[in-house]
Amino acid sequence: MLREIRPAILVLVLLTAITGLAYPLAITGIAGVIFPRQAQGSLIEKDGKVIGSALIGQEFKEDKYFHGRPSATVAPDPNDSTKTVPAPYNAANSGGSNLGPTSKALNDRIKEDVEKLKAENPTASVPVDLVTTSASGLDPDISPDAALFQLPRVAKARGMSEDAVRELVTQNTQGRFAGVIGEPRVNVLALNLALDAAKPK
Amino acid sequence: MTVIGWIQIILFCAIVVALVKPLGWYMTRVFNGERTFLSPVLRPLERGIYWVGGVDERREQHWLTYTVAMLLFHVGGFALIYGLMRLQAVLPFNPAGQGAVAEDLSFNTAISFITNTNWQNYGGESTLSYLVQMLGLTHQNFLSAATGIALAMALIRGFTRSSMRTVGNFWVDVTRCTLYVLLPICVVYALFLVWQGMPQTLGAYVDATTLEGGKQTIALGPVASQVAIKMLGTNGGGFFNANAAHPFENPTALSNLVQMISIFALGAAMTNVFGRMVGNERQGWAIFAVMGILFVAGVAVTYWAEANGTSLLQAYGLTGGNMEGKEVRFGIVASSLFAVITTAASCGAVNAMHDSFTAIGGMIPLINMQLGEVIIGGVGAGFYGMLLFVVLAIFVAGLMVGRTPEYVGKKIEAREVKMAMLAILVLPLMYLGWTAVGVVLPSAVASMANAGPHGFTEVLYAFTSATGNNGSAFAGLTGNTLFYNLTLASAMFVGRFFMIVPAMAIAGSLVEKKSIPASAGTFPTTGGLFVGLVIGVILIIGGLTFFPALALGPIVEHLAMNANTLF
Repeated sequence: MLREIRPAILVLVLLTAITGLAYPLAITGIAGVIFPRQAQGSLIEKDGKVIGSALIGQEFKEDKYFHGRPSATVAPDPNDSTKTVPAPYNAANSGGSNLGPTSKALNDRIKEDVEKLKAENPTASVPVDLVTTSASGLDPDISPDAALFQLPRVAKARGMSEDAVRELVTQNTQGRFAGVIGEPRVNVLALNLALDAAKPK
Repeated sequence: MTVIGWIQIILFCAIVVALVKPLGWYMTRVFNGERTFLSPVLRPLERGIYWVGGVDERREQHWLTYTVAMLLFHVGGFALIYGLMRLQAVLPFNPAGQGAVAEDLSFNTAISFITNTNWQNYGGESTLSYLVQMLGLTHQNFLSAATGIALAMALIRGFTRSSMRTVGNFWVDVTRCTLYVLLPICVVYALFLVWQGMPQTLGAYVDATTLEGGKQTIALGPVASQVAIKMLGTNGGGFFNANAAHPFENPTALSNLVQMISIFALGAAMTNVFGRMVGNERQGWAIFAVMGILFVAGVAVTYWAEANGTSLLQAYGLTGGNMEGKEVRFGIVASSLFAVITTAASCGAVNAMHDSFTAIGGMIPLINMQLGEVIIGGVGAGFYGMLLFVVLAIFVAGLMVGRTPEYVGKKIEAREVKMAMLAILVLPLMYLGWTAVGVVLPSAVASMANAGPHGFTEVLYAFTSATGNNGSAFAGLTGNTLFYNLTLASAMFVGRFFMIVPAMAIAGSLVEKKSIPASAGTFPTTGGLFVGLVIGVILIIGGLTFFPALALGPIVEHLAMNANTLF
């Protein structure tokens, strides 16, 4: 059995070097050459400054922007490092609410959000993704229904016609992959960038 | 439930089934030491490793030596991860300036990764340096997966060899599995993932100024290279805290589909490897059928429950299913499917938060793990777990007809049945035992995030997941406490090694027996009767063990939900 000690150390060291160092570094090198944009995190720049990532949701509160889903991410409390405070769309600490189906806290939150949304658009039915937090807290997408729900507010805040805004929503709606895989969705950041670009005319 | 949803599920199943034969063919060649199309490149590297390590690839090992080699290998892996985590502050590749990880969290994580559990008490982007992610976690993702497959190979050799003493060479099996199976697939797979949008960089986190003028720090890293093996090796430990729900760790519906397939690919192919090695592929397909039937049943229930949503959502007129803790790009169906896959296999990656599933939707993942993760299962681990149940089923069949049971030419006798029972019984001892402690001890009770029966389920899920070496969680539970770091580590350790050693003992006992040809009285193990019998044994043994615990958790919660009771 003692003769197994040498390979236990040396085979481990060699396989570690191959799989833990050579492999990730090689992939980093190759990916940096053939997919440089994705490898760096699909960052979006505007006027030379990074304004976010195409894949990472960000917080929108103003009426003139489409809003993403509620986010349950937190950050350390600046006053007490053992506690956390809500910090929506914190892309350095992803996570969900983890509230279960019989949670009173979840019930209260959804009730409040539904009432707020009903006041904003009393005629349409509230889409479920607008009042539920995503798993990562960084969901970049909303459902097409959730975008259309916000249409009157955004159009009014921008002084644009609803048809013009609807046109942008349609352009920014992605269907299922190959018509089958996944769900239709609207990338909120891309849609809002398109809105900002459309405004001048 | 929608038609398009079911089409996605059927498509997934069809692709997995289509992969079984080609992958099984390739893996059989690798483990028989035959030449493959990659040999010209990899063979010199393989020989170099044996030369430095002092391994004679023709010298095979007795089952005890094989097991000891495996254990020694893990001692080294543990020391490496623990050391890296404690020292990360002074080591390179740490652009975010992460400090040393606490002793108990480092201990828990090191045990977690050597046992192929990959339980996340750490929050990837907020705790670990890039060096730890690569050299600590990525490497152990490879090696714990290779170990699982190696052990399954040893057990298969127990069935196929006649009157021998050795079951293979651990170092050769692990090296060949890593070099010829895992690494080549991961290179292609990782590049595919980057193409889909997954970051792969050593650069620092990026500060962005959002459209509304807020500041957003975006965590990055060498993600794709780790995620490829995390899925393929059924490890499941996330680069980021939100695991495969994080848009960087699962950017598109297509990346999600491929990740789901890669969780099952090698585990499903192991059934074919077994069939080829025992000389009858139908033996493999029979086992695959057992797994497939249990899997589809689980998917149907979870998808149904999640699509129906909760009475809480329905009360506010919200339709479209339970989207709390789910991502829009995956929706109800891909989230439900992923949850069942990840717990059927011992992967533990999540693309939705199981803690926010409906009571019934979340119960299926729990049951999958409590059945021992034999539905496809972890790479290798699921297969030897399933063979333990097969041994029991054959034993039961033998009792019914009053004949010494046999399976693929080997007589199943008292020693094999005792060892199989030991391995199967040690699991509930861990998860039920620790759950009992966890819901009584005040410091442990404080970790629950939800009140009422859901809090109980959080604790039960944690210990079940740890014991089953799964690693998924009802993540509301605060696991990074001294109590949970230590108890979960003990559950992971026992769940892995107290299953491996008895399984290896069976391999050692079988390999010495003579193969006997099938006779007219042999119970056929390729037909529907056998499949039904194995499913029955799995469900009865599982059901009797954990049904009372389920009654206290998800079942009570479901009833409470329907009565509109909140906690």
